[in-house]
Amino acid sequence: MRLKLVPSETNWDFFKYVRLTLGASAVAMVASLVLWLSVGLNFGIDFLGGTTIRTESAQVVDVAAYRAAVEPLGLGDISITEVFDPTFGPERNVAMLRIQAQEGQESVPPETILAIEEALRTVDPEMTFPSVESVGPKVSGELILTAMLAVGASMVAILFYIWLRFEWQFSIGAIAALVHDVVLTIGIFSLLQIRFDLATIAALLTIIGYSINDTVVIFDRLRENLIKYKKKPLRDVMNLSVNETLSRTVMTSGTTLLALLALLALGGDVIRGFVFAIFWGIIVGTYSSVFVAKNIVLLLGVNREPKDPEKGNQFAGIDA
Amino acid sequence: MLQIPLWKRVLIWGVVLIGLSYALPNAFYSRVETHNDAAALVEAGAAETGEIAADLGQWPAFLPSSLVNLGLDLRGGAHLLAEVQVADVYADRMDAFWPEVRDALRDARDTVGTIRRQDSPPDQLRVRISNPEEITRAVAIVRGLAQPIVSFTGVGQDDIEVSFEGADLIIELSEAEKQATDDRTLQQSLEIIRRRVDEAGTREPTIQRQGEDRVLIQVPGIASASELKELIGQTARLTFNPVVSRTSDPDAPPGPRNIVLPSIDEPNTYYVLEQTPVVSGDQLTDAQPSFDQNGRPAVNFRFNPTGARLFGDYTAENIGSPFAIVLDNEVISAPVIQSHIPGGSGIITGNFSVEESTQLAVLLRAGALPAEMIFLEERTIGPELGQDSIEAGALACLVALGAVLVFMMLSYGLFGVFANIALLLNIALIFGVLSLIGATLTLPGIAGIVLTIGMAVDANVLVFERIREELKTARGPARAIELGYEKALSAIVDANTTTFIVAAILFTLGAGPVRGFAVTLGIGIVTSVFTAIFVTRLLIVLWFERRRPKQIEV
Repeated sequence: MRLKLVPSETNWDFFKYVRLTLGASAVAMVASLVLWLSVGLNFGIDFLGGTTIRTESAQVVDVAAYRAAVEPLGLGDISITEVFDPTFGPERNVAMLRIQAQEGQESVPPETILAIEEALRTVDPEMTFPSVESVGPKVSGELILTAMLAVGASMVAILFYIWLRFEWQFSIGAIAALVHDVVLTIGIFSLLQIRFDLATIAALLTIIGYSINDTVVIFDRLRENLIKYKKKPLRDVMNLSVNETLSRTVMTSGTTLLALLALLALGGDVIRGFVFAIFWGIIVGTYSSVFVAKNIVLLLGVNREPKDPEKGNQFAGIDA
Repeated sequence: MLQIPLWKRVLIWGVVLIGLSYALPNAFYSRVETHNDAAALVEAGAAETGEIAADLGQWPAFLPSSLVNLGLDLRGGAHLLAEVQVADVYADRMDAFWPEVRDALRDARDTVGTIRRQDSPPDQLRVRISNPEEITRAVAIVRGLAQPIVSFTGVGQDDIEVSFEGADLIIELSEAEKQATDDRTLQQSLEIIRRRVDEAGTREPTIQRQGEDRVLIQVPGIASASELKELIGQTARLTFNPVVSRTSDPDAPPGPRNIVLPSIDEPNTYYVLEQTPVVSGDQLTDAQPSFDQNGRPAVNFRFNPTGARLFGDYTAENIGSPFAIVLDNEVISAPVIQSHIPGGSGIITGNFSVEESTQLAVLLRAGALPAEMIFLEERTIGPELGQDSIEAGALACLVALGAVLVFMMLSYGLFGVFANIALLLNIALIFGVLSLIGATLTLPGIAGIVLTIGMAVDANVLVFERIREELKTARGPARAIELGYEKALSAIVDANTTTFIVAAILFTLGAGPVRGFAVTLGIGIVTSVFTAIFVTRLLIVLWFERRRPKQIEV
């Protein structure tokens, strides 16, 4: 009568296709990097500077007409995208205009924004502008920097914590899994050209937090089993540990994905990119804690010399 | 492990109750908001009219009444990030220092000779003496004017640095004094922005210093960032300067220590003014909108005693000469002084509308910004968009919650129900803590809560899975539950600590959306660990004590 996503007793060999899984991860990472470097990310104004204007109209959005209306203002590169959302009714037609940062200006003067709004009203006099946001080039540069700093600092902090609680091999494994998740997320953002802004960085950091959560649970069990089964080969202990925690891994990822799915479908278009990043990251993060983190630990090997029982606490065995 | 002492049970339920009582007002948001607004009015000294009493009655006074602040993305409003041009102030400081230097050197005229102020970059004072061989003597005299700095960072340093170049003395602010000045400038700007925003009468504005020279201003409910900019972007620096001449050529050479400024309402008219004002708006004690004798809008003002004396003396000595009233480098008007004005009050007339005169009075009353501001970032979020986001977010949260509840019950049966109760309490606790600390809930913050819903079950899942495993070794249900909690604890602690580290880093380094997310994530982790480890366990123990089952199914 219980819903069981995973049979209560599993004995799967997660290393059977170790080459395949690690290979697939490597290929995916390289592909992501190539995409990132060739196609690039669709940075929002948080990172590029500039202005975005959200328009709402009862008439169907005619991108060409919008463009023709604002072109004479000579504001340089303007990108216009129509926003689709299942929660919008037929009388709600939303578009986003992005105007690049203007030469020599910290922020857009109100007259410019008024001029743009006037111009757009020639297309539809009833048009409304529910949000207008401008970020100057100075701030946008700093935002990139702090965002990168945040991602880097989190990784270092996690590396250090795991090193303290486990052993350095686990740290390396966990960080490898994190880098894997972050790179793959950047890859999907390049591929689908989803807007990459400050909220996306928050999502990236959540992915890091979630993925590490997942990895630590498996590591924790592994540590326990390493003490319990002193003679078993490392590979078998690892398989056992993953099998034992598999039900939990699937349950937790399942509930989280379920919750995110609701947000993805119903949360509105404003946070969709953000939610998508987390959604994707949880899939990738779950995969990486099972197939990347511990595989790296296996490659590095773990020091299993019997420990001095006097010093046998969690800080023992740090051989760095 | 299955024995939980009474004091612990009381403590756990106590924390839950307090959390719930703080979360409760959010369930009656608009009523509590009306109550709070009325309470604020009473506190500000408003008479308790029937209407206010009715509003107060919307929410009982003995219950907590703090609400979760809704962020701009949820409620609509304007957001501005401004950079204060702190270096502007250096020029004023040097100008103000000039008379002192002049007087000191004049006393030593026998040795250093005559003195003359030279043109220089704005943050320097350059003075040429006619006896260059006595320059070191002049330097010593000016150095004698330096004041020690009273600040933690600048102890033992003077406020000015004096050097020389040929026959020129160069006087500058020292690094430590510049820093202290910057700090003061920013504090003052914050204060004045706060006063101006308060005059506009909006609810819960956020005005914060950010970093060395920035101010973050968030005002909910205002229609647009440009409106806010008009209010706080104006320096509102009022000065009264002697007029040298009138011209129609903006490039006319003004002569030393003079400036050319345009007239605000006469096109193609420029005034050549003495650069050093007679009196400035700093000396004002009051300004009120009014009308002049012809019934046109004007602004009445009143000086403090120092200002009144300066103004009185000058008007007495210069009857018949024009006198310019300058606001932010534009001449409002340049009336001719008719008579001595001794009382320290006066009237500014110009081509104002009633609205303009009211705004000018507000600006003058609030005081001038010490330096100009440049806006680096501005965001306007319309209230409808915010409302849409709240609705979408709330719906998504409910659906997510429902799905997780069903999923947990299907997976773990009765234990799933216990976990579900804990989860609901967890969400209430998050809102309770958010209200208690006055945090702001943003859209990414809602996403953080949804994520916590997903992750909060994790701790319970870890325990339940562990209990399942322990049941296999069949040592009785009590022992299995006990071991389940015991063994899952280290994984729960490690997993949540790492996530909490991420939340803490996000909070420290992040801005805007990142921070909003970090707040709910961090709080969510703490409350979910509490509910999973303590509340769920207490529920299981209570059930176990009552039923004493021989075997359990998890």
